[in-house]
Amino acid sequence: MSLLEVRNLFVDFSTPDGTVHAVTDVSFSIAKGETLAIVGESGSGKSQIVFAAMGLLADNGKARGEVLFEGRNLLALKQAQLNNVRANDIAMIFQDPMTSLNPYMRVSEQMTEVLVLHKGMSKSAAHAESVRMLEAVKIPDARSVIRRYPHECSGGMRQRIMIAMSLLCRPKLLIADEPTTALDVTVQAQIMHLLSEIQQEFGTAIILITHDLGVVAGSCENTLVLYGGRILEYGPTRDLFASPAQPYTKGLLSALPRLDEDGEELHTIPGNPPNMMLDIKGCPFAPRCTYRVAECAETMPPLVNFEGGRLRACHVAIEDLK
Amino acid sequence: MINFVIRRIGIAIPTLLILIAISFFLMHAAPGGPFNSERGVPPEVLANLNAKYGLDQPLIVQLWNYIWDIITKFDFGPSMVFKTRTVNDIIAQGFPVTFTYGTWSFVVAVVVGVSLGVAAAVNHNSWLDYIAVGISIGAQVLPNFVLAPILVLIFTLGLHWLPGGGWNGGHWPYPVMPIIALSTSFMASIARITRSSMLEVLHSNFIRTARAKGLPKNTVIWKHAFKPSLLPVISYLAPAFVGMITGSVVVDVYFSTGGMGQLFVASATSRDYSTMMGITILYGVLTIVFNMLADILYAWIDPKIRL
Repeated sequence: MSLLEVRNLFVDFSTPDGTVHAVTDVSFSIAKGETLAIVGESGSGKSQIVFAAMGLLADNGKARGEVLFEGRNLLALKQAQLNNVRANDIAMIFQDPMTSLNPYMRVSEQMTEVLVLHKGMSKSAAHAESVRMLEAVKIPDARSVIRRYPHECSGGMRQRIMIAMSLLCRPKLLIADEPTTALDVTVQAQIMHLLSEIQQEFGTAIILITHDLGVVAGSCENTLVLYGGRILEYGPTRDLFASPAQPYTKGLLSALPRLDEDGEELHTIPGNPPNMMLDIKGCPFAPRCTYRVAECAETMPPLVNFEGGRLRACHVAIEDLK
Repeated sequence: MINFVIRRIGIAIPTLLILIAISFFLMHAAPGGPFNSERGVPPEVLANLNAKYGLDQPLIVQLWNYIWDIITKFDFGPSMVFKTRTVNDIIAQGFPVTFTYGTWSFVVAVVVGVSLGVAAAVNHNSWLDYIAVGISIGAQVLPNFVLAPILVLIFTLGLHWLPGGGWNGGHWPYPVMPIIALSTSFMASIARITRSSMLEVLHSNFIRTARAKGLPKNTVIWKHAFKPSLLPVISYLAPAFVGMITGSVVVDVYFSTGGMGQLFVASATSRDYSTMMGITILYGVLTIVFNMLADILYAWIDPKIRL
């Protein structure tokens, strides 16, 4: 059985200007210990999928569909039951470590409260465990760091603290929402390395949300490509990078800067992301797609299985994309 | 922290001296004097009076003598209108009154205002929020010179519950209506500031983290969100508290409490130079002290501020 299964998830936001369809009919699953990357540009709905699953949508957001965690539908849980899943079973780390820790509380207080709440530990036991976890994420001098306030730590250190905090209850699933976006490149590599170590050591499944394909390539088994709130392609990362089967994936990959090719200019995908306020009948990428056929603007292509285990949504035949 | 207090006192002394000098010169620049009256005073008498109170000397000398007496004897001089009393006597009589109902007003305004603001923010866009916002807007647009007569109309003339004026040594129930009249608009401001700052904090990233940790709603609100959302309230509270304990002219006059607001206006209209100066200095000292306390409170809440 898969650990987490998302079935026909829709996320809508009602705004004064109309309804924003952030996520449309998204289904996927992740197995125990698996790493899955959700890739897409800003506004593609990638973060909203996991916010919906964790019950963290903004007040004006509404999720429909099912998010099954070990068979239980998280969307149907009561607040108290969901609080029990959070941190205990599914933990989350966020994009901006500078603002995601409470600046008015010491690290120790922020970490120990998780263990006191979920594991019923005493304060001193929770403190000792928190220090151990800070050491596990390679924070030097954890005993003194834990007494600090967040602003007394560097960005990379704060993200390590966030990761340590998320692992306190040994969750089965860790959701990392752009964990390296706000960090320096060297620190990014360290954090990604740390995440893959954690995955091996604790057997934690990881959903990595990112717009950075370079980060995905080295660290995730499977990749989900999202555009305009819809899944356009899914498959093992290796295959997806080697032979993208959807024009958008192709465009994304060719937009990666490469050092081994002589080229003056970076490739870009011309055009702009779709207006999520509109009801898009066809493929959301169609207006920007160089391969598009008449059908693309009319109907959304279904996600179809190919090459055993890969999925793609595209009206254009694979051979024509080569 | 101790360094901070010493530094602040170091700044406070020149600030006070400047305050004294400016109000002194402004006051003397205003037309009229303490001994002008409708009937007119014979020039010889006026000259004698001026000589008695030292008003015949050059202004700068008067200012020097005034400051010197305060520093050496803590003597704010005799009142120039109430002939038998000193400024120290007058303040000692009026200040306890305003301090009493001002402090109570402050407590009422903070407790009710903060509760209303938090309740509104936590239940954003619900009927509770709308009611809280309605109350605070209503309380803010209702000036106390309108509120005071309405209170008297209802509680004194209508229901016969509360006395319509007087102080009676501050015994129950005399201070009740002055407290309501004074605290209402402050309460409204505090509610508004608390609500908007709490809303902002509740939408911040670290609150999302706290929720993602599975903390119950009450823990998120009181342990994580409450303290930071008080920061803007605190910077409002210092001047508000001084404003309240120094009293309100309207409340003093309307309820005849005999407090500072009444004295201040009376001394200004009668050009009672010494009383006016005394009250001005008292306001200045209180403002400086409570702003300093607000800064200390700020640093206690926000670890990024080190004093």
